[in-house]
Amino acid sequence: MNASSPLRIPVLSSRFLPVWRRNLLVWRKLAAASILGNIADPLLYMLALGYGIGSFIGEVNGMPYVAFIGTGMVCQSAMFTASFEGMYSAFSRMHVQRTWEAIINAPIGLDDVVLAEWLWCATKAVMSTAAILLVLLALGFGHTWHALWLLPLGFVVGLCFGAFGLVMNALAPSYDFFTYFFTLVLTPMLLFSGVYFPVERMPAWLAHIANALPLKHAIDMARPLMLGHAPADVPLHVAVLAGYAAVAYYIALVLTRRRLLK
Amino acid sequence: MAPRTGDPERVNAAADADSALAPRPPGTRAPGAPVLRVEGLRKRYGDAEVVRDLGFSIARGECFALLGPNGAGKTTTLRCCLGLIDPDAGSIELCGWPVPEAAREARVRVGVVPQMDSLDPDFSVTENLVVYGGYFRLPRQVIDARIPRLLEFAGLAAKARVQIRTLSGGMKRRLMLARALINDPELLILDEPTTGLDPQARHLIWDGLRQLLSQGKTILLTTHFMDEAERLATRLAVIDHGSLIASDTPRALLVAHVEPEVVEVYGDEARAWAQARGRALSVRLELAGDTAFCYASDAAPLLADLATRSGLRYLHRPANLEDLFIKLTGRELRD
Repeated sequence: MNASSPLRIPVLSSRFLPVWRRNLLVWRKLAAASILGNIADPLLYMLALGYGIGSFIGEVNGMPYVAFIGTGMVCQSAMFTASFEGMYSAFSRMHVQRTWEAIINAPIGLDDVVLAEWLWCATKAVMSTAAILLVLLALGFGHTWHALWLLPLGFVVGLCFGAFGLVMNALAPSYDFFTYFFTLVLTPMLLFSGVYFPVERMPAWLAHIANALPLKHAIDMARPLMLGHAPADVPLHVAVLAGYAAVAYYIALVLTRRRLLK
Repeated sequence: MAPRTGDPERVNAAADADSALAPRPPGTRAPGAPVLRVEGLRKRYGDAEVVRDLGFSIARGECFALLGPNGAGKTTTLRCCLGLIDPDAGSIELCGWPVPEAAREARVRVGVVPQMDSLDPDFSVTENLVVYGGYFRLPRQVIDARIPRLLEFAGLAAKARVQIRTLSGGMKRRLMLARALINDPELLILDEPTTGLDPQARHLIWDGLRQLLSQGKTILLTTHFMDEAERLATRLAVIDHGSLIASDTPRALLVAHVEPEVVEVYGDEARAWAQARGRALSVRLELAGDTAFCYASDAAPLLADLATRSGLRYLHRPANLEDLFIKLTGRELRD
């Protein structure tokens, strides 16, 4: 493969650090608003549906419904936070503010920038995971060491959806483009991954499709962890999430190189 | 501006290596070697060859201007020099490093002011400099030591803690310039540094650049403002359609390509006068709209004739780079 081909192997180096740190510094200035924005929605759903619908149906899969949906919300918010960061925020930095252009004029490569943005998406996913987990803990759920595994899980979910977001970012002519991703990817993901109800109750063909969705695999691990025991099939779930993440990251990098290095 | 904190050992090592006729390690330059050397550069997008066999070199302490109309290939050339795009052919050596192979190493010694402002709107003036210094892996003490002098240089000492969105266009440009100096670069590259600025702001940028030149910095700039090139450039290259059409000192180019005196004649009758009298009295005459540009080695006969015509207004001036530019690249509009 040609050394200058956009398909060349990704460069992974610690040069991503100052770029990642830049995003952290900006985030610190707006942290309160940012956390609120990331968790307000899932929190409201969790409380309203959890206690509202929960009062009709009681326990689901051995959990009070509010904890059931709350655990789903942890994964959902990791997904939304990372997607949003990979699309809207990355697009602001790449296109509107030209931050990436400024950075690659310094001795930092575009590969370093994309790596930094990718890891930053996952970092933010961990932050919203932590915020919702804290609420669940305050409500009296998940008082078990196993629940702490939700944090690294949030990171992997963030890598997966952050990479999806960065693919969209590389293709986007404007912010409007991201609506497709919400309608075509995130909404189905939300409805068919078992956030609100167990996927096992759906028709078999639908359950099969659900098994291809990365969020489903995150949730399959999150619920047992919340209940304090180790999930089944961890290697499979991790492999699916990591596989989606790695492939999407590579596609995002290739498309971003095509877009900016020409 | 902060004193040079370059790496004297490295420069000496280069000199020693050279005297021993050993191959120079990359990133070191022989004394007197160009800061930037471009040879046979070519870049094609689809069917359009944007850069065609371009070559030039810039010596230490020079201010080299790339002049050309919109779409002439100036920005593409700069991006090739920085290793941000790979040329189809040609060789580039930037600060002793081969580009694009060692572009990142080369960019350690280069400061870049791109065409569009790219300051971080979420940071203050100082924070912008601190964060940018971080991209060069500069220790925090070094960055903190440089910032006051950079702000002083940019006339932003009173704005250190101010948010970017409150700065004027001219201040933002000056901060862009200061930011490009955070690594104390050997070469400063500016892509149309004063486009969109008012005259006061432009003069401030020019003063800053002249100050840098007097401190021995090397500058490469692109511009389509002739007054900018005239004021700053020690040497310039006119490029059009991706090819170099002329390169020399501004004075030598004028002498070589343009008659020394120009008389611009305006008015309804300018065209008729140009055909009847102007052509005969000029070495070269160009018509653009209702204006006749008369180029001459001695404008006295032209002026004597014009003094008798009450219907015409005229301006007598020495030839400048704009005349050269138009002669070399033509009068038609470029978009």
